[in-house]
Amino acid sequence: MTGVATLTVVLVLAPLVAIFGYLVYRGIGSINWAFLTQLPKPVGETGGGMANAIVGSIFILAIASVIGVPFGVGAGIYLAEFGRNRFGSVIRFTADVLNGVPSIVIGIVAYSIVVLYQKHFSALAGGVALAIMMIPTICRTTEEMLLLVPTALREAAYGLGVPRWRTTLSIVLRTATSGVITGIMLAFARVAGETAPLLFTAFGNQFWNLRLDQPTAALPLQIFVYAISPYDEWHRLAWAGALVLIVLIVTAVAAVRYVVRRGSFGTA
Amino acid sequence: MANHAFPRPNMPGPQPVEATNVSAATAEQSVLLRASSGEIPDRIFKSAITSCGLAVLGVLVLIVYELVARSSLSWHAFGFHFFATSDWDPVNEKFGALPFIFGTIVSSILALIIAIPLAVGVAVFTTEMCPKKLRGPLSFFVELLAAIPSVIYGLWAIFVLVPLMSGYVEPFLAKTLGWTGMFEGPTYGIGMLAAGIILAIMIIPIISSITREVLMVVPQHQREGVLALGATRWEMIRVGVLRNARAGIVGGIILGLGRALGETMAVTMVIGNRPEIAKSLFAPGYTMASVLANEFSEATGDVYLSALIEIGLALFLVTIIVNALAQLLVWTVTRGQPARGNV
Repeated sequence: MTGVATLTVVLVLAPLVAIFGYLVYRGIGSINWAFLTQLPKPVGETGGGMANAIVGSIFILAIASVIGVPFGVGAGIYLAEFGRNRFGSVIRFTADVLNGVPSIVIGIVAYSIVVLYQKHFSALAGGVALAIMMIPTICRTTEEMLLLVPTALREAAYGLGVPRWRTTLSIVLRTATSGVITGIMLAFARVAGETAPLLFTAFGNQFWNLRLDQPTAALPLQIFVYAISPYDEWHRLAWAGALVLIVLIVTAVAAVRYVVRRGSFGTA
Repeated sequence: MANHAFPRPNMPGPQPVEATNVSAATAEQSVLLRASSGEIPDRIFKSAITSCGLAVLGVLVLIVYELVARSSLSWHAFGFHFFATSDWDPVNEKFGALPFIFGTIVSSILALIIAIPLAVGVAVFTTEMCPKKLRGPLSFFVELLAAIPSVIYGLWAIFVLVPLMSGYVEPFLAKTLGWTGMFEGPTYGIGMLAAGIILAIMIIPIISSITREVLMVVPQHQREGVLALGATRWEMIRVGVLRNARAGIVGGIILGLGRALGETMAVTMVIGNRPEIAKSLFAPGYTMASVLANEFSEATGDVYLSALIEIGLALFLVTIIVNALAQLLVWTVTRGQPARGNV
C-alpha cells in the first residue's frame, strides 16, 4: 500500500521535475543581455529579445493591481468587519464562485466592456481582465487575515474613542498588513502567467507600448505566439521567455510562503 | 500611541467644558464638531467599504449581463439547435457547438480519470504515511505545479509530451488496446489524449491540496479507533479516513473538473483544433475554451462573434454550476473555509 502511494507521488512529481529541468535546459542558454533589452527581430534574423513583452507584462500587471487591489482589499475588509451576516455570505460565495470562472470568459467580458468602446485592443482592457481575476483572491485572503486580528485590539481602540474607520484602517489593517500583502502577491503570481484573457484584450505588439489605449505585448502572449510558430529561432525565444516568467512567479510564491511561515499568520 | 490625535466621539456624561462649548457653538461649528466626532467619516467609510463588497457581486452580474446581451443574436438565430448541431461554418454563418462541447467533456473526463487516483494517492501519502519532515516540502512541490502558468504547460507539452506520445505511448496503446476503437488511427501525438494528459497534470494539485485539507480535518481518534479494532493501516485509511472525508474529496474533484473545463492555453496548444467528433482519442479535437482562444479576435461578422460569445456563456454557466456544487461540498466539510485550488 505504501508502495502504491509512493508511486503516485513519484508519478506526480515527475512532470514537475521534467518541466523545470527542460525549461532550464532549453531556456538558460538564450537568456542574455540582448534577450532582456531588445525588441523581437523579424523572422529569419537571429537574436532579438523580448524586452517589450517583459515591460508590457509589468505595465498590464500594474494596471490590474491599481484597479484590483483596492477593490479586493475593500471587499475583504467589508467581509471581515461588516459581513458577518447573510449578505456577507452571499458575497463570500460569489467571490469563491468568481474564482472559478474560466479566464477566457473574463477575457470576453473585458473585450465587451473596454475594447468595444475604445475600438481597439488595449493595455487597459488587459489590465481590467486581470483585475477582475485578482479581486476574488485578494478579497478572501484579506478577510481571513483580518479575522485573525484579535477582537480585543478592536475593542481597545473603541475604548480609547477611536472611530470605527480609523480603527479598521490604522489598527486592524495595519496589524494584518503582512498577511494582506501575501494575498496580493498570490493573486499577482496567479494572474502574471495568464494568457487566455489577454488574447483579445491586450492582443500583443511587436514594438514598445506604454499607452493605455494601444495593443501591448505581454510575456505569456509572446510565449504562446512563439511556441506555436514553425521557427526554431522563435522556439528558442519562447523557452527563454518561459524561464523568465517562471522564475518571476516561483520567486513570488516562495517569498510568500517564507513570509507566511515566519510571520504570526501561520495558515499555509 | 498618540491617541489625542484621533478625533473623539461625542461622549455622553459629565464633560462640562466640552458641553458648554457645544451649546455655545454656532451651527457651522457644531457641524464641524460632529464631523470630527467620526460619525460622518464612519458613515462614508462604511459605504465605501460596502460598495467594494458590492463590486464583487457587481462583477458577476456584469459578466452574466455582457455574455447574455452579446450572445442574443446567435441565440435568436439558432436557438437550441446551436448546442445540438455540429456544423461550424463561419463563411456561410452556420454555427453548431456540439464538437466543442464534446471535446470539452471528453478531455475533462479523461483528465479526471488520470488525475483522481494520483491526486488522492499523493494526499494520502502526505497526510498519513510520509515522515513529518517531508510533509511541508512535498506539499510545496505539488503546489508548485499549480503555480506554473498554463502557457508553459502548453510549451512543454508541444516539445516534450507530444513527441513522447507519438513515439512511444500511442503506438503502444494502439497495439494493446487498439481493438477498442478508442486508440486507433495515425499517431501524431497531438490530439484528445495529449490534451487529457496535460489537463490531468494541471488539475492534480487542486484535487490533491483539497483532499489533503479535508483529510487533515478527520479527527485523530477516528484513526486510532479503527486501528484499535485491529484494522491494518490500509483498512484504517480506507474506512477511518477516506470514507469520512468523502464529501470533501468529491468537492475537490469537482473543483478540479471546473478547472479542466475552463482551461484554455495548454489544451489549445496540443488538442489539434479541428471541430469534429471522433471516436479515437488519438484524433484531434476542439474545446469550447480553445475555439474562443483561436477564433475570437479574428471573428468577422456579428453572428460569428455572437456565436462565440454564446459558447463562452455556456462554458461560464457550466463552470459556475460545477464550482458552486464543489464549494458547497467542501464547505460542509471544512465549515466555511474557501476551497483553495492554488497555494
